[in-house]
Amino acid sequence: MDFSFTRAQVLARDMARSFAQAELAPYAQQWDEQARFPAEAIAKMGPLGFMGMCIPREYGGSALDGVSYVLVIEELASVCASTAIIVSVHNSVGAYPIYLMGSDEQKTKYLPDLATGRKLGAFALTEPNVGSDPASIETSARSDGGFFILNGTKTFITSAGTSDTVIVMASTDRAQRGRGISAFIVEKSFPGITVGTHENKLGIRASDTCELIFENCRVPRANLLGPEGAGLRAALNALGFGRVGVAAQAIGVARCAMEAAVHYSRERNQFGKPIGSFQAIQWMIADMATEIEAARLLTLRAAKLKDEGRPFATEGSMAKLFASETAMRTATKAVQIHGGYGCMKDYVVERCFRDAKVIEIYEGTSEIQRLIISGSVIKK
Amino acid sequence: MAPLSIIVTVKQVPDTNEVRIDPKTNSLMREGIPSILNPEDANAVEAALRLRDEHGGSVTAITMGPPQAEAVLEEVLCLGVDRAVLLSDRAFAGSDTLLTAFTLSRAVLKMKKFDLILCGRQAIDGDTAQVGPQLAAFLGIPQVTYAEEIVFSEGLFRIQRGLEHTRELVAARPPLLVTVSASGPVPRHGSLYALAAACSGEHIKRWGARELALPPSMLGLSASPTAVKKIFEPDRSVKGEAFEGSEKEMAAQLIVRLRETGCL
Ligand SMILES: Cc1cc2nc3c(=O)[nH]c(=O)nc-3n(C[C@H](O)[C@H](O)[C@H](O)COP(=O)(O)OP(=O)(O)OC[C@H]3O[C@@H](n4cnc5c(N)ncnc54)[C@H](O)[C@@H]3O)c2cc1C
Repeated sequence: MDFSFTRAQVLARDMARSFAQAELAPYAQQWDEQARFPAEAIAKMGPLGFMGMCIPREYGGSALDGVSYVLVIEELASVCASTAIIVSVHNSVGAYPIYLMGSDEQKTKYLPDLATGRKLGAFALTEPNVGSDPASIETSARSDGGFFILNGTKTFITSAGTSDTVIVMASTDRAQRGRGISAFIVEKSFPGITVGTHENKLGIRASDTCELIFENCRVPRANLLGPEGAGLRAALNALGFGRVGVAAQAIGVARCAMEAAVHYSRERNQFGKPIGSFQAIQWMIADMATEIEAARLLTLRAAKLKDEGRPFATEGSMAKLFASETAMRTATKAVQIHGGYGCMKDYVVERCFRDAKVIEIYEGTSEIQRLIISGSVIKK
Repeated sequence: MAPLSIIVTVKQVPDTNEVRIDPKTNSLMREGIPSILNPEDANAVEAALRLRDEHGGSVTAITMGPPQAEAVLEEVLCLGVDRAVLLSDRAFAGSDTLLTAFTLSRAVLKMKKFDLILCGRQAIDGDTAQVGPQLAAFLGIPQVTYAEEIVFSEGLFRIQRGLEHTRELVAARPPLLVTVSASGPVPRHGSLYALAAACSGEHIKRWGARELALPPSMLGLSASPTAVKKIFEPDRSVKGEAFEGSEKEMAAQLIVRLRETGCL
């Protein structure tokens, strides 16, 4: 088994690292504190290919493999988890489903702008009453001649305010539950869409998370993505890949927390020596390093399976589950190692701690990942 | 206006922020130290790309080093360099700055005509700032060092040199060689779009002693007139001395000490 990266994978990682150092590191703390969307950084990423990583050249993408993709997301997240999720959501669930399931006309119409970052993509499944159980969504899409009329409310939608296109899941046949859900490519400029509350969040604060309200929103029939009734499957497929990116994001956050903790444990003296000389601290760091490594291997494996065209949904869920919980455990220990200083906004571990918590929730909570994993294991 | 043909020399160097000197052997401990593109070479590449983007033409990067130095060529290809040449041969090992410049000059002569050669001012591992000027000398072309800004108009390069306390504006006709300093243009970010082509190997030529038709008398360590005698960390410890007494007394003592130490 070959654990080495290709030169292209290493270079992709290095480019993301140096971009993150130059364009994200100086501002990440401020963006978090002010809950400010990193518009300038996102604008710079388009022409560099960061917004079309999973899209082929012919549609304007930079066509990276899955392994490079997760390496890039980890690098971005190790500096700014908010930027990483904006990029991950845009790539994996904002643009990629159009490539996977779109008609030629839809691909030609939407992908070039998304893949080059001229437009930003979002993905809307969650509703006020529906989170973990997407088969029960209430947003409806009624067929009306050449249009579908959408009504309902989506909530907690990443980039809802800043995006240009949203892939919206709506029920075309309530009686069919999951099999009655369809996916639509909705342009934000379509009449009948309002952006609601901009959420003021615990973590991932620089990402813009809001409500989207559909009131008799007219969506042309041509914007139905995939066959009618195939929307839930499409959504779950997209999230399957999205989760691999979220796992990489979690690893980035964990790595950031660990690096800060290692640094601090060398600098901080108590009882006349660096706290890093105490075994209690050393063991925490050993656990962090081991778990991060394990999380990274799970994530790379899921990415590699995707690159080989093999199923990766279970492995992707394992990666997302383990990496996000690793990020939470690592950030918790990193704050502990910082003592009182770790509770202060001047130290990055405080932000890591808040960001890690959110990662355990979106794109499927830890409980839902366990449901998916156990389902696949017990079925076998 | 005719497009510009630009050559830029680049070097792979150890990240000296992380290099230590082995106190026993007095040599650089390079083990496990990441290799990077020499920082001022990145400024030179940026200067080259800006000139090309404005006037058209092409940028060719050239490096001399071990096979793994190809990594810096892939890196500059991702920045937008059009093609690259790797000069690599076991026989080149141990080349000093003079021989490096000579070897580079042979490679430049093997390429078709050029208008401008850009080099980083110096490499962070050797800090000699010799290769650029020596390369110009071997090619018999004018050189301008410490460039911060280069513009091209009406067949003339106008170069702003950053000197210690002044700026100097120089105009020169092609072909010429310019070394670019860290206050030169800020390097752009690499593009993921360029990645596949950069790593395909299609845009990188590999030349050794044979391709450059170099005689054995002009190869490697034995032909290099410079030898490193010793590398050591200078003793930077300074001992302070405090005087006591009235201002007058202290001043008098200070004058005595300054005379003793030959400062006055
Ligand atoms: C910052 C942020 C960004 C987001 N971005 C998006 C986005 O872009 N698009 C989008 O569609 N959604 C988005 N979401 C929504 C997110 O995916 C949901 O919050 C998540 O799926 C959980 O749904 P819920 O909040 O309704 O919780 P619920 O489903 O109500 O769950 C509540 C609790 O019950 C548990 N639970 C539920 N069902 C089970 C079960 N069967 N077995 C065991 N435990 C169970 C859950 O794990 C959780 O602990 C985002 C959320 C956040 C916080």
